[in-house]
Amino acid sequence: MSKTVNNSEAKPDDNFIVMSNVNKWFGDFHVLKDINISVGKGEKLVICGPSGSGKSTLIRCINRLETHQKGDIFVDGIELTNDVKHIDQVRRDVGMLFQNFNLFPHMTVLENLTVSPMWIRKMPLKEARELAFHYLERVKIPQLANKYPSQCSGGQQQRVAIARCLCMSPKVMLFDEPTSALDPEMIKEVLDVMIDLANSGMTMICVTHEMGFARTVADRVVFMDEGEIVEENDPESFFNNPQYDRTVFFLSQIISH
Amino acid sequence: MPNHWSAKTPQPSPDLSTGLIGWLRTNLFSSPSNTLLTIVGVAILYVTIPSFISWALINATWFGDSRAVCDEAAANGQTGACWAFINVRMGVFTYGFYPEMERWRINVMVLILAFNLTPILASTIFKNNSRQALLGLLGIALTFFIVGPVGSILMGAYFFLPLAFSTLSKIDTIVAPIGADARAIGFRLLGALLIGGGVYFITHSLISREIAATVGILMSFLMLCLVLIRSLSTMGWRWIMLFSAFPVLCFYMLLGGVLGLPPVETHFWGGLFLTLVVAGTGMATALPIGILLALGRRSELPVIKVVCISFIELVRGVPLVSVLFMASVMFPLFLPENVTFNKLLRALIGIAFFYAAYMAEVIRGGLQGIPKGQYEAAKALGWPYWKMMTVVILPQTLRLVIPGLANNFLSLLKDTTLVAVIGLLDLLGIAKAAMADSEWLGFTKESYVFAAIVFWVLCFAISRYSVHLEKKYHTSYH
Repeated sequence: MSKTVNNSEAKPDDNFIVMSNVNKWFGDFHVLKDINISVGKGEKLVICGPSGSGKSTLIRCINRLETHQKGDIFVDGIELTNDVKHIDQVRRDVGMLFQNFNLFPHMTVLENLTVSPMWIRKMPLKEARELAFHYLERVKIPQLANKYPSQCSGGQQQRVAIARCLCMSPKVMLFDEPTSALDPEMIKEVLDVMIDLANSGMTMICVTHEMGFARTVADRVVFMDEGEIVEENDPESFFNNPQYDRTVFFLSQIISH
Repeated sequence: MPNHWSAKTPQPSPDLSTGLIGWLRTNLFSSPSNTLLTIVGVAILYVTIPSFISWALINATWFGDSRAVCDEAAANGQTGACWAFINVRMGVFTYGFYPEMERWRINVMVLILAFNLTPILASTIFKNNSRQALLGLLGIALTFFIVGPVGSILMGAYFFLPLAFSTLSKIDTIVAPIGADARAIGFRLLGALLIGGGVYFITHSLISREIAATVGILMSFLMLCLVLIRSLSTMGWRWIMLFSAFPVLCFYMLLGGVLGLPPVETHFWGGLFLTLVVAGTGMATALPIGILLALGRRSELPVIKVVCISFIELVRGVPLVSVLFMASVMFPLFLPENVTFNKLLRALIGIAFFYAAYMAEVIRGGLQGIPKGQYEAAKALGWPYWKMMTVVILPQTLRLVIPGLANNFLSLLKDTTLVAVIGLLDLLGIAKAAMADSEWLGFTKESYVFAAIVFWVLCFAISRYSVHLEKKYHTSYH
């Protein structure tokens, strides 16, 4: 559908991202316990769970913003170790969205979008600008190109962040609670962009509390608590027929309010 | 069907305190204690200002070329300052003991620096190259009138090189997208070195043997920049030139001894010229070193971290005067006898490292103000450490610490007067020396007031410029 998806290689599609027996500690605190999960190409995975359950840490391990102490993580066949080359390779393929957007505040929206392709991918300025406008139009805010992030609303900033990510043509995108810091009126505009992205075939891993989004978009929903994966299932079964009492309780908590 | 709702049109706020009376009331007489303070303040101003003005301006003697003018004025009952003293000694105050015939060399360098700093400092005005070219032509003409043809040729060459380089660097056949093909990079590196070598041989055989090596290296360096940095703006090239070609040019022009320029040893340097040399090199070197120290102190590599912390703590723990004494008296003791370092150079290095330690701490403070998310976002986008630091983190940091850096720059400028303790005569030192002149005894006030005014003008300029920078970069945050 769009330029973002490069189906260049015919890899075993089910194992685009593989985590096996991943364990992580913050000091003495055991955040991730024996995580086993694999994500196929084009798959949309939603991770939910109470705060402190390790879901953010889990996806931050995928692009090595956090290091794991035990187990293996493979992204597109590349193992994440201390090898800087591998880390760079993986980060080139993995885009990430943050709760607080983390746009570069000293650059305009357009510069935010062009700076990475130009400095990291050595793209000429003209090409980078064209790419930037292509994605700004896709997230429906080309008029903000010359504004600074602080002059944009939260929803607009998150959409800029998505466009910035897309400019690096990632193969997979990680979403770390992308709508949690937004006013209620702005959540929808960001979710719309994410749904559009999902429809285009992007591989996505989303940590989110938006259960409506999970229902419509996800191929699989993972529920985590206390650093463990409690259960994973397709959204239909997950919401209608949860297997564990912990899941039932969690769902009742977020749906009842 | 719900009713239609529309927002009220905003109304202007009713003015509360405008007009002279309102301003006076809120600012000067808002409470009894403030009123008292205002009265006391006005009284102090009333006592001091008129008498100073009458001494410095009204009753002053302005012109003349010898002491006789001042004595005559004093005999006539004029009690004011005798600025003829400053007039007569203006040359020494400005250039120190630099030979009068050679002072044009300083003038050229000052003009070149001024005309090349203008586009950098006022970057919003000189954004496009045609305006810069206009400025360059003005510079050439002005240099021609003040200094002569040699100066204007130097000025023209130095000013227009960045424009030429930035145009060259945009031609894709010279600097096509690099990084993909190692062989292409190899060829370009080789080309740059060959051009440098060529310049070396031409200079060596046709112009001057002494400068050939330096010029060759400089040329290679500039060529390397040209092939390695893609589409660098004219401003970027000005920065590169400022830190590479300008020091080299200064070195040969000011010290002489090559190309038929008579040598001028550094012990002839003095006055405002020396102050600017010490302050300028101090600022230009202390900031980059300070940035490296700050990054080193936050490094995850223990060795670098320990080295940086100990350096900063050691230097911050001693007074500048002792650093200067160390540089001038102790340091030579540690060296073999036939190795000598120029005294000025030692002072420059001492000041640079001293201020680098202070600036490092200011910058570290700024680095701590950058949210962790900025690092994470950059890393997630695939930025390696040094690129992330120079493009994403440091620009934000430096904006945060403009007031602190300006503070350091100001105190550096004023601390240049301390080079007097190792026998270098900066502006203040020259002023003091002038008082000891047997022909002009008794003109202490004029000397000090003049030196103070010059320092104040320089400092005020820096301070205003820092305020301007703060305002300029404020827009992106609010």
